Amino acid sequence: MPQPRQTRYDAVAITLHWLVAIVIIGNFSLGIYMHELPLSPWKLKIYSWHKWAGVSVFLLVALRLAWRSQHTPPPLPAAMPGWQKKAAYAGHHTLYLLMFVVPVSGWLMSSALGVQTVYFGVLPLPDLLDKNKELGEVLKQVHKVLNLGMAAIVLSHAAAALKHHYLDRDDVLTRMLPWSTTPRSPR
Amino acid sequence: MTRSLIGCLLGLTLVVPAMANEYSGFRPGESRVSFVSTQMNVPVEGRFKRFDGSIHFDPDAPAGGSAHLEVELASIDTGLEEADEEVASAEWFDIAQHPKAIFASSSVEPLGNQLFRIHGQLTIKGKTREIVTDARFEPGAVGAFSGSFKLLRSDYAIGEGMWSDTSVVADEVEIRFRIAAPAQ
Repeated sequence: MPQPRQTRYDAVAITLHWLVAIVIIGNFSLGIYMHELPLSPWKLKIYSWHKWAGVSVFLLVALRLAWRSQHTPPPLPAAMPGWQKKAAYAGHHTLYLLMFVVPVSGWLMSSALGVQTVYFGVLPLPDLLDKNKELGEVLKQVHKVLNLGMAAIVLSHAAAALKHHYLDRDDVLTRMLPWSTTPRSPR
Repeated sequence: MTRSLIGCLLGLTLVVPAMANEYSGFRPGESRVSFVSTQMNVPVEGRFKRFDGSIHFDPDAPAGGSAHLEVELASIDTGLEEADEEVASAEWFDIAQHPKAIFASSSVEPLGNQLFRIHGQLTIKGKTREIVTDARFEPGAVGAFSGSFKLLRSDYAIGEGMWSDTSVVADEVEIRFRIAAPAQ
């Protein structure tokens, strides 16, 4: 009988996964909500919070990658078809890439629009770009498109996890859940 | 004879630059009025595109100098379009009632090394406050005073109502200026 420990992600990987998931989903929703608000102190506050959360995603993802480089994740179920394994591999790599690129695009956009990012109002991030309104507008579109792309991949990521759980009945979803479950074997 | 000629030449070299050393009028193209406000601890620079003024300044008699400056508030460039419209409102500058910010100097005090302490009155939104700023003078065919000072926007009721919350937009605003006038 396989040991649960070998089939599950470790506690650090699980914690980081869900922490990043919560911050990304929250910050994505905040971005949708805030971008058409009329100018007010509330809007300025939210924009700052959004930037702080974005910097946090970047840092947490760097931590995740560092951890992952030292800890091999449990293998995918042997019964999975090759194309699905390839799709999972490609999807996860794209997600990691976007989790870095999306915050960076927001940071560059802020610099180009002339509003520096100051992490938690304390730590100023250097402006890699000079103030340039036209470039700022382009980067705003880049930030938006990258986010919509990431939303699409996050949705397919969640759909794939549910498909594994309810249709394939394997442990691909449960091994990433924060609570322990009885090991399942694929149908 | 020779001595008196040398004396005359020396006298001329002293007199001629002194005459060219008086500055008056205004050169808007070589002047600049900008400001740094702080939003959520983030400094954001903006500027005014249109202003007019006049300077009378003789470096040999600085105490007699004076400066007058009128800034057209509608020409503000905050860096954010929606903010440019917002600050015209009654809560901010109330530009419809008070279209200009006006500075008039009351005294100029030399501190040495081309640095001068300028006292004056600044009027914005119908409120007049005393300000003091140290400015450095750059002589030349066009002379210019450059410097900066800080004001509290609450002193002038700039940003009332919801905007009076200084934890979002700080009370302190830095004003930076370069005011140029041709040598006569």
